[in-house]
This record gives sequence, C-alpha cells and structure tokens, in this order.
Amino acid sequence: MANPDMLATTLAATDVMGRAEPRGARPRKTLSRRNVMLYGVLIVVALYYLLPLYVMLVTSLKGMPEIRLGGIFAPPMEITFEPWVKAWSEACTGLNCDGLSRGFWNSVRITIPSVALSIAIASINGYALANWRFKGANTFFAILIFGAFVPYQVMLYPIVILLREIGLYGTLTGLVIVHTIFGMPILTLLFRNYFASVPEELFKAARVDGAGFWGIYFKIMLPMSLPIFVVAIILQVTGIWNDFLFGVVYTKPDTYPMTVQLNNIVNSVTGVKEYNVNMAATIITGLVPLTIYFISGKLFVRGIAAGAVKG
Amino acid sequence: MIAQQSIDARRVPEAEERRVIGMPGAARASSVSVRDLRLAYGALTVLDRLSLDIAEGEFIVLLGPSGCGKSTLLNCVAGLLEITDGQIWIKGRNVTWEEPKDRGIGMVFQSYALYPQMTVRGNLAFGLRNAGLPKAEIETRIARAAEILQIEPLLERKPAALSGGQRQRVAIGRALVRDVDVFLFDEPLSNLDAKLRSELRVEIKRLHQQLRNTMIYVTHDQIEALTLADRIAVMRGGIIQQLADPKTIYNRPANLFVAGFIGSPAMTFLKGRIAERGGASFFEAGGAAIALDGYQGEVPPAGREVILGVRPEHVSVGAEGAPATVDIDEPMGSDSLLWLTFGGQSLSARAPAEHGFGRGEKVGLGFDISKASLFDPRSEQRL
Repeated sequence: MANPDMLATTLAATDVMGRAEPRGARPRKTLSRRNVMLYGVLIVVALYYLLPLYVMLVTSLKGMPEIRLGGIFAPPMEITFEPWVKAWSEACTGLNCDGLSRGFWNSVRITIPSVALSIAIASINGYALANWRFKGANTFFAILIFGAFVPYQVMLYPIVILLREIGLYGTLTGLVIVHTIFGMPILTLLFRNYFASVPEELFKAARVDGAGFWGIYFKIMLPMSLPIFVVAIILQVTGIWNDFLFGVVYTKPDTYPMTVQLNNIVNSVTGVKEYNVNMAATIITGLVPLTIYFISGKLFVRGIAAGAVKG
Repeated sequence: MIAQQSIDARRVPEAEERRVIGMPGAARASSVSVRDLRLAYGALTVLDRLSLDIAEGEFIVLLGPSGCGKSTLLNCVAGLLEITDGQIWIKGRNVTWEEPKDRGIGMVFQSYALYPQMTVRGNLAFGLRNAGLPKAEIETRIARAAEILQIEPLLERKPAALSGGQRQRVAIGRALVRDVDVFLFDEPLSNLDAKLRSELRVEIKRLHQQLRNTMIYVTHDQIEALTLADRIAVMRGGIIQQLADPKTIYNRPANLFVAGFIGSPAMTFLKGRIAERGGASFFEAGGAAIALDGYQGEVPPAGREVILGVRPEHVSVGAEGAPATVDIDEPMGSDSLLWLTFGGQSLSARAPAEHGFGRGEKVGLGFDISKASLFDPRSEQRL
C-alpha cells in the first residue's frame, strides 16, 4: 500500500518537526449562508409550483358538500374516490356517458401509432440525410425545416379537405397521419443532427464490411442511438397526447382524444359544476405524460451516460 | 457499355508493359492501378489526373501534409468516394463503380471505427456475416486472425474495454479476416502515443512480411513512411510529387518540397550560383564556396543560379574547411544540432554531443557533396 505517491503526500503533510498538518478538502458547514439561501429559494419555488397540484388532488378526494364549504387548501375530512370513478367511467360528454375512459383509449390508439410511425420515418430520414448525401439533400432538408415554421392554423382547413377526399376525415387513421406529418420536420432535424455526430469512419467501416443502407441503419446506427430515440419518444408522446387542436378538428365525438373529452367535461354548461370530478379528470389526463417523464427521464439520463463513454 | 469494356480490356496489357518498363522491380502483376483519377467538388478539384500503379505485394505509403489529398485518394481506392473521372483497377479488374465490399479491400481507420455495441468477436464477424459465410468458416477465420494479432483473450470484450493499441489491433483484424488482396490504412497510428506507435509500426511491418498482401498506407509521419514503405508517394496539393523507394526519396529528392518535407531535422537550403575555376565547379554564396566534385548528377553550367540542399548529417564541423560561425547549439541527446552562419545564410549541421564549440566561434565545414542536391530556384526541381 505504501506506494511512492502516498509516501510523498504523507511526507509533505508532516513537516520537519513531525507535526501533522490538516489534509483534504476544507469541511463545509451544512447550514452555511450559501446553502440556506440556495435551498430556501428552491423549496419556496417548488412549493409554489406544487400548490395547484395539491389543490387539485385534495379537491378530487372531497365530496361536493365539502367543497361547497370553501377552504380549498384544507385536506379532505372524508376521503372519497367517487369523483375519480365518475370521471373515468360515468361523466357525460354530449350523448356519451362513459366518462374519460373512451377518450383515454382513443388517445392511446392515436398516440402509439403516431409516435411509432413518425419516429420510424424521421429516424430513417435523418439517417439518409446525415450519411447518404444524395443530390438535392440540402434543398430537401431546407424545405422540411421550413415546414416547422408554417403556422398550424394555415394548414387546418386544407387538411380537412384533403382527409375528406381520401375518406379519412373523422377517423383515427386520419389523425395519425396528420400527427406523423407534423412531427416530421423537428424529428428529422433531431435525428439528422444525432447521426451526423456519429463518427463518419464508423459508417465507412460498415460499408467496407459490406453492410448496405438498411444493414448499417439497423445493425450499426440503431443500437447506438437509444438516447435520441428516448428524446424523440418523450417529445412525441407528450406532444401528441396533449394535442387538442388537431384532435378537435379531425375527429368526431366518438373518436375524440382524451384532451378534447376533458375539455367537454370541464366546460359543460348544463347541470352543477362538479369540481371534484373535473379535478380528477384533469389529473387522469395528465397522468400519461407525467409517467412518461418519470420513467423515460431516468432512461434518458442513463442513455446519455452510456453514450458519453469514449470509444 | 460493351464497346467501352472491350476498349478497357485492350488497355490492360498496354498498362502492364508501361509499368514493367517504367518501374523498377515491378515485374509482378499490378495489384492496384489508379488511372487518370480526377475528383472535384464543383469548382474545387481535389485530385487531378492522378495515376499510380502498385505492384502485387508492395507496401506503398502515401505521405504528405494535411490536406494534400492522400486520404482522399485512399477513400477513392476504397470506393467510399465517388470519383469524377478516371478508373481504378484492382487485381486486373475495373472496380471504378463497384461497392467497397466488392473491391477486395480491407480498411483500417485512424479512429479505429470499431462498432461500439459489438464485442471484438462481433466486430470481426460483422463483415463475414454480411458476406453470408458459413458459421464454421467465420469461426476459423476469426481464430486465425486473433492468433496472428494476439488478441485471443480480448475476443469477448467490448471495444470500450480495450486500450488504444488493442483497439487498433482489432481494427487490423477486421481487415485481416476478410481475406482481401489489398489492405488500406488511413493514418492508423496517429491516435496512439509515441511508444505504442513504434510498437505497432513494427507489427504492421511484420504482418506485411508474413502476409505479403498489397498495402496502401496513408500517413503524415515520415518516420512511418521511411520505415514501412517499399515505395513512398509524396503528395502535395493533390499531386504526387515523387514516387520512389525510401532511399531515393531521402537521398535524391525530386524537388524542393520533397527535400524539405522529408528528413528531421530538415534539410537546409542555400541560395547561390555555380562558378567554375580551373576546370572544377563550385557552389558560391556570399563569398563562401563549396566544391561540387562528386555531385551525383550533372552540374549545371557556370553562372546559373541554384539552390543547394544539404542535410545536417552531411555537414561535418571541425577546425578546417569552409569558414562558418556558430549561432545556436541544440543538444539532442545522442548528438547536437548546430545552427551556423555560412556565406551570410543560415545552415544546420549535426555534430557529436561533446563537440565543444561555443557561440560565435569560427569553425570549418566539410560537405559530403555526393549526398547533396541542387535545385532550380524557379521550377524548384532537382537538377
């Protein structure tokens, strides 16, 4: 254990008279002024942002009589899950009285194929643009990026006509196509930049090794790109799940996504406002993106860390 | 297409003849032949009408400073760059438009370019699986390559768990298993530290002696070039400046660029003119004169302006000889590099480590003129 380095440091720390000097980093007080300020501010800000969530949660667990008493910050005297059940399976929107569940499954049926399709196409686009520079690639890319800056409102009605003409207006398939197309510019940019950062020599080596366009994509590029796929999935799932505009324009009441249905429940003008049901419905709708953040956030960090290892 | 091919076919023997006549020791079949290669990006021409014939089993080094087109040329041979004009033949086959995998080449890159998600075994097997080889054959080839390169204990590791030298060995192995005719090396040792570099340099040389494959090796390191090459192609600005064996390149550089690029410490150049006295030719500069008898080549007529290039090791410093003054002494361990003023110009010479000459001291120089070179100042070509 007595390697020369350690010996040297020990010698340096012990002066001629044999007195030992203190070594190592200077110990820090936990309650230093800096720490109090830093964590104080962080806690206040966190509370500020958590308060609405707290109010929602508490209200959703109260019965209507208790809500009418006021006191929105008070914890529920009697916890009831009735509003949650009602929001999920009984709340009425228009003629349908099966709660948010219908919208939830619609949203699932919209989100999964949209995310899968848009990421599959965009990753191949990005790979082709980064590694197989074909003639006119830059023009193609410029036009695609320009698409990201076209305001959605301009496209709304033309797409209605387009979908009607191909017989997909009001269907989930139609909405999936719309989401896929609108996700293309930003996702392609994302993948192109990521693949462009993969060393070119790796691509060359694979070509010498006889891998073709798809061989290199599936066997070399794909296994190296977990982080960027996670980023793309987060982006698309939250974006498509939270979408309201396309959902309300391109679907019918039967096929409304969850966000549209939530709006219809919360904004219904008939009958009593059931705050507890509204709160429960809102939390349920927000649960999916929230879960995605929690799960993939961790994966995301791990993916980045794995990619950071040299070699 | 058919007519084109038949013309090409007729051109082969012609090229063979030309090569046999024009190149020393190239009686064997041509392995790689680059003909009138042109590569341009729009208005920018990177390589222009470049021709190069490489004999079977030859180790050729493409040497030059950054941006001289040496890597570009290698990528063209590999088929990784689409060329603008010209042809590339490998083993008597026109491969100009063939995919890299069909050219019978293996390539080793500067950054190793190992597939990070695969084990060493996976890296070696990747190309063979793509070629659809049977499993048993793949295993045999990997075992053989691993034995040659002594990487058997590393086969199940991922590239991230290897050192730089090991990674480069695996990268060479990846070319080796493919059982190719031609090996292409793109600055394979540039990312390694000095000690590993000299080790792997020897190993590459041994590999070449063992396999006798044609090897094309790109580097900017002249030591690598001089130690490894059968022939060196010194390149600048997309043009081959000189193509010759290392001895010729070192002793009889074709022009000023090659003379200055090869050799460390570098050759010194003296500007002056030719003079004639009593039937003997002299090189004169600023009142100093060097006798030119023994010069390997034709000495130009008197009065002509020339540049004399001498390497430091061909100048001897002593008490007697052409007068010079010591400016700077650079001790280099085994010997010393002396910077002198000679005829008003700066000149360097190698002296023994304990030479005992101080700054400002007057010394006498002796020149080994048989190893010196005379250049034309305008064309910069060797005379």
